[in-house]
Amino acid sequence: MGLLRWFRSRLVVIAGLLTLGYLLLPNIVVTVFSFNNPKGRFNYEWQQFSTDAWTDPCGVADLCGSLSLSLQIAGWATLGATVLGTMIAFALVRYRFRARGAVNSLIFLPMAMPEVVMAASLLTLFLNLGAQLGFWTILIAHIMFCLSFVVTAVKARVMSMDPRLEQAAQDLYAGPLQTFLRVTLPIAAPGIAAGALLAFALSFDDFIITNFNAGSTVTFPMFVWGSAQRGTPVQINVIGTAMFLIAVLFVLAGMVIGNRRNRQKA
Amino acid sequence: MTTVTDAPPLAPTPAPKERPPRRRGRLTPYWLLLPGLLWLVVFFALPMVYQASTSVQTGSLEDGYQVTWHFATYWDAVADYWPQFLRSIAYAGTATILCLLLGYPLAYLIAFRAGRWRNLILILVIAPFFTSFLIRTLAWKTILADSGPVVGALNTLHVLDVTSWLGITAGDRVLATPLAVVCGLTYNFLPFMILPLYTSLERIDGRLHEAAGDLYARPFTTFRKVTFPLSMPGVVSGTLLTFIPASGDYVNADLLGSTDTRMVGNVIQTQFLRILDYPTAAALSFILMAGILAIVTLYIRKSGTEDLV
Amino acid sequence: MITVTTNNSAKNSTTGSTTGTTTSGAEAGGDVRLSGISKTYGSFTAVRPLDLTVPQGSFFALLGASGCGKTTTLRMIAGLEEPSSGTVFLGEQDVTNLPPYKRPVNTVFQSYALFPHLDIFENVAFGLRRRGIKSVKKQVGDMLDLVQLGEQARKKPHQLSGGQQQRVAVARALINTPKVLLLDEPLGALDLKLRRQMQLELKRIQTEVGITFVHVTHDQEEAMTMADSVAVMNAGRVEQLGSPADLYENPNTTFVANFLGTSNLIEAEVDARSGDEIVLRAGGGKLVLPEARCSAPTTAGGKVLVGVRPEKISLTHADEAGEIPAGRNRITGTIADSSFIGVSTQYVIDSPVCPEFEVYAQNIDRDPRLVRGAEVVLHWNPAHTFGLDAAQDIDAGIETVGPDEEAAA
Repeated sequence: MGLLRWFRSRLVVIAGLLTLGYLLLPNIVVTVFSFNNPKGRFNYEWQQFSTDAWTDPCGVADLCGSLSLSLQIAGWATLGATVLGTMIAFALVRYRFRARGAVNSLIFLPMAMPEVVMAASLLTLFLNLGAQLGFWTILIAHIMFCLSFVVTAVKARVMSMDPRLEQAAQDLYAGPLQTFLRVTLPIAAPGIAAGALLAFALSFDDFIITNFNAGSTVTFPMFVWGSAQRGTPVQINVIGTAMFLIAVLFVLAGMVIGNRRNRQKA
Repeated sequence: MTTVTDAPPLAPTPAPKERPPRRRGRLTPYWLLLPGLLWLVVFFALPMVYQASTSVQTGSLEDGYQVTWHFATYWDAVADYWPQFLRSIAYAGTATILCLLLGYPLAYLIAFRAGRWRNLILILVIAPFFTSFLIRTLAWKTILADSGPVVGALNTLHVLDVTSWLGITAGDRVLATPLAVVCGLTYNFLPFMILPLYTSLERIDGRLHEAAGDLYARPFTTFRKVTFPLSMPGVVSGTLLTFIPASGDYVNADLLGSTDTRMVGNVIQTQFLRILDYPTAAALSFILMAGILAIVTLYIRKSGTEDLV
Repeated sequence: MITVTTNNSAKNSTTGSTTGTTTSGAEAGGDVRLSGISKTYGSFTAVRPLDLTVPQGSFFALLGASGCGKTTTLRMIAGLEEPSSGTVFLGEQDVTNLPPYKRPVNTVFQSYALFPHLDIFENVAFGLRRRGIKSVKKQVGDMLDLVQLGEQARKKPHQLSGGQQQRVAVARALINTPKVLLLDEPLGALDLKLRRQMQLELKRIQTEVGITFVHVTHDQEEAMTMADSVAVMNAGRVEQLGSPADLYENPNTTFVANFLGTSNLIEAEVDARSGDEIVLRAGGGKLVLPEARCSAPTTAGGKVLVGVRPEKISLTHADEAGEIPAGRNRITGTIADSSFIGVSTQYVIDSPVCPEFEVYAQNIDRDPRLVRGAEVVLHWNPAHTFGLDAAQDIDAGIETVGPDEEAAA
């Protein structure tokens, strides 16, 4: 009876932790198999422990090239989408203008559209225009689908901003540019950063839209896709694990710094 | 020396002089919107038009295509590929329900029960994003491998017998079956369910739980009558964020499934990139888009939260 | 140093306007002068064309219920709102077309609008830095001392209490030594006790720095305690302007009579005139009203609203009606309700001429017979009577707790 009650009162916790396990299991497998030394071309079955892949992460042809290309595209796409998206978000929250509903729909639709539809239609456009598929078409596509997410993230932040703060700055002799740089931007920064981070993650990990519009250019996800057909090198797991660890460390470091700063001030 | 004069409404002298509106700031919103919207119009809306046009064209790669209003392409596409459409809806729908069932407890845990572990668990939910989802999907090949412990256990417990009988697995295998594909879809889109759920749960005032308890609601009744209704915005946006991408996905069906689990995304991809039958691909893509938009609109109407945008 | 002379003559108010007499223009160097300014949003008129002069160095209050246009008027002075018509002068300078950052005017915003990402020191230094002043340390330090926040310089706004934040907002504006300091409901977010304290504090600071303060508030008590002169606004226009005592004793409209304190208004008919006094008929009795205190047209047989403040009235039991001295205005009635509130007792009297007549009696010698149901005679000195135009809404300006209260803000 006691055991049953204990179990029932913690049912949510147990179910939640099981879900968390489900979410993390593949990452554990990826990490473990980054130390594998597979016999054949595929890295799906455990053979024996080895650190070969970790000591030579670029040991597979084109792998690191594709990784660097993906990072570049993600960087530029983040920059483009963040600048354009932030401008739209400010216009939406801070100004009245005609056709607001149409603008809102145009921003919402890319998020409500399966990627494959956007990918296919964009390819139709590029084919019709006779565009050379490659770096630029990928970048254009990435900025397009990241834009809406940046708008949403920045909009949420700007909406919660008190417009009187900007009026106060103007009242205190700050011109429009000064007001923007000294007050608006610093206060909106967390929203913009969140949007940028989201854009980077979406762009870096995008496969479907890239697959349609890359031509013969190979990004990192495209490389992984190709290797799933031809043979999966262990180095893929090394890079996957490293990205995971870097992300976790990054966030943890940020949290520790944030905590310390808060404590000092309190 | 303080003076006040209420200008008499009947006497027009001195008439307040009308000043033309000041120019500054009138055009600012348009300049802010212009580049971003232009981008969306040219690279999102215009392609849709091109695609619509392509879907009613006939011709061949060699001779070029002409718009001939050949709507038969649509009928042929539906006639040939209705199983894939049905499968897409069924797989995506099942994955969405599973995501909700699995994701809700975790979101609830993070919002109300995690205490100082809250941030750590949130990080663990988000961090897998940074390992390419293709790599993580490939890991399921290992987890669900025929000789692996999962399949072994399911076999021993005779679960696979039941699922085979239901037609969602085949023989002793899980890989290359609908179960594997749905499992992969659920896994891939689970964070898109958890995060909106968490956001709306987190906004709920914890005292509401106490108030409900004070008013004789048992814990489960509290959940059913207070917590769940208040988390509806999260449920709606979570289900949409899961269902929409899942219905167009072809990666899970390709990596974890077989030719019998092909979804509409697989067909569009093959038609477009391998067979190069553009009109059929465009028609399929158009039907998928229309279907999704119809479902989403209906769903949003029904759930009564139109402020998602 | 302020003289307010508002002309209360009855003739003037027939045109709906009150004109003050300006005694001298020599010192007008720092006056705020609004000339015919108005503000419309689409078809809604927030502020009707109005002329207003706030003399240099005065503490001026714009008083009115939410939605009366007082904040809009303030924002037009600050430059945060563009007038639909009219001109704003600061001294001799026309600043109508100057953006806020070029006006020598600073604002204390409602709920303060302190920059959350800057600490207190930087918040206060903001205006100085924007004007290119490099060494701000001494000035900011002095200013923080003035508002008694020297210790808190390196804290962020959210770490301070409401009263402290309010003082930062004042310091942030005052440090720029503006020609005018605008305060938009600066005490609205504070609790009653703190509000009282801050009222005195603000008054002290104003006297100390000698800068013109324009203070917007909906709290009549706050306006009367702090300001040298008050402009009562209603529906986009200034109803009346004057010193607090003048407004209270000589209201020109029912709105002012009801909005500032409580007034008992009786509808009466003009009977006759004798010298400086007007004799009126209300119910069966006669009431006397000094002509100088009547802002309404008085033709024989015409209607006039007779007003008297509750604390001016004496209450006598009907049995002793004979002891009331002659020459006082009197009314009979029955006590409908009474509530004891310490310093005084508030009676509600049911009278044939006025259904809910309010009387505040000091608790000096309480007559034990004055309980509910007792027949009483109300009487007061005719000099305390004022007369208003009967064509107005008798209930204008009475504060009601309704849904529009919040929505109008």
